[in-house]
Amino acid sequence: MGARRESEHTSMKNITTVEKKSERELLVTRTFNAPARIVFEAWTKPELIKRWWVPKSMGMSLLSCEMDVRVGGKYRLVFGQGMEFFGRYIEVTPHSRIVWTNEEGGEDGSVTTVTFEEKGGKTLLVMSDLYPSKEALDAAGTGAADATQETFTQLDELLVELGASVGRS
Amino acid sequence: MVQYTNTHLDASFAALSDVTRRGVLEQLGSAEASITDLAAKFNMTLTGMKKHVGVLEHAGLVTTEKIGRVRTCKIGPRRLEEEMAWIEKYRQLWAARFDELDKVVEELKRKEKVDGRKKRK
Repeated sequence: MGARRESEHTSMKNITTVEKKSERELLVTRTFNAPARIVFEAWTKPELIKRWWVPKSMGMSLLSCEMDVRVGGKYRLVFGQGMEFFGRYIEVTPHSRIVWTNEEGGEDGSVTTVTFEEKGGKTLLVMSDLYPSKEALDAAGTGAADATQETFTQLDELLVELGASVGRS
Repeated sequence: MVQYTNTHLDASFAALSDVTRRGVLEQLGSAEASITDLAAKFNMTLTGMKKHVGVLEHAGLVTTEKIGRVRTCKIGPRRLEEEMAWIEKYRQLWAARFDELDKVVEELKRKEKVDGRKKRK
């Protein structure tokens, strides 16, 4: 805590935006300075995905990553904390489009569509997370909000402890 | 960096554009209150306060429940900042992933160049 985030030092990164497209769809957009075939490769080879899917700031470790990237193929990501993500690929179009299901959430899981659009040697990546209902998206958000709340609560507790120890000294 | 373009947000901003409604939200943030309480607190008629609460309710910022003859108001389940907060968190996760992905992509680009020089993939 109090330490500067690494990301603050490198300012020339491309911007990631998130847009709530509708009551049940989230869109993430990002440009990469490489042709679509390269970005696509990094999204479809397990040994490459492993290197970027779990950033350090997530505080999680990936135990295993199985991905059979072809139509009907399955994927399963297992994390150290007993968390799992799994589903199937519905569509795989080389260098331009991947669609998969997210089945760990049961019926409320979203369908993710990633498109790669090359322009002048750069690739615009658009990722859509489409939930079956407004309620499903809201529930996903509430879970995240609860987790944030939990973090704040822990922080509050820590601050109280720190305050108490400073008071004593 | 969050682009937030849905009707829900429009309703939220419209609801928050009024000083009385912001005051009502602040009030409800500390405790539930009836429409009568709120009307008295903000020096308004019951009808006027009902309208304000209606706008807040429509935006999902406030919920109301009628028990007997009293309508009690409290902060809604979809508080704006909560929703913004989780979307921003989601964005941060993806931004972090993509920053790592940049590194992988750069490496693949270099490799492709080297391999290209050697001919054959």
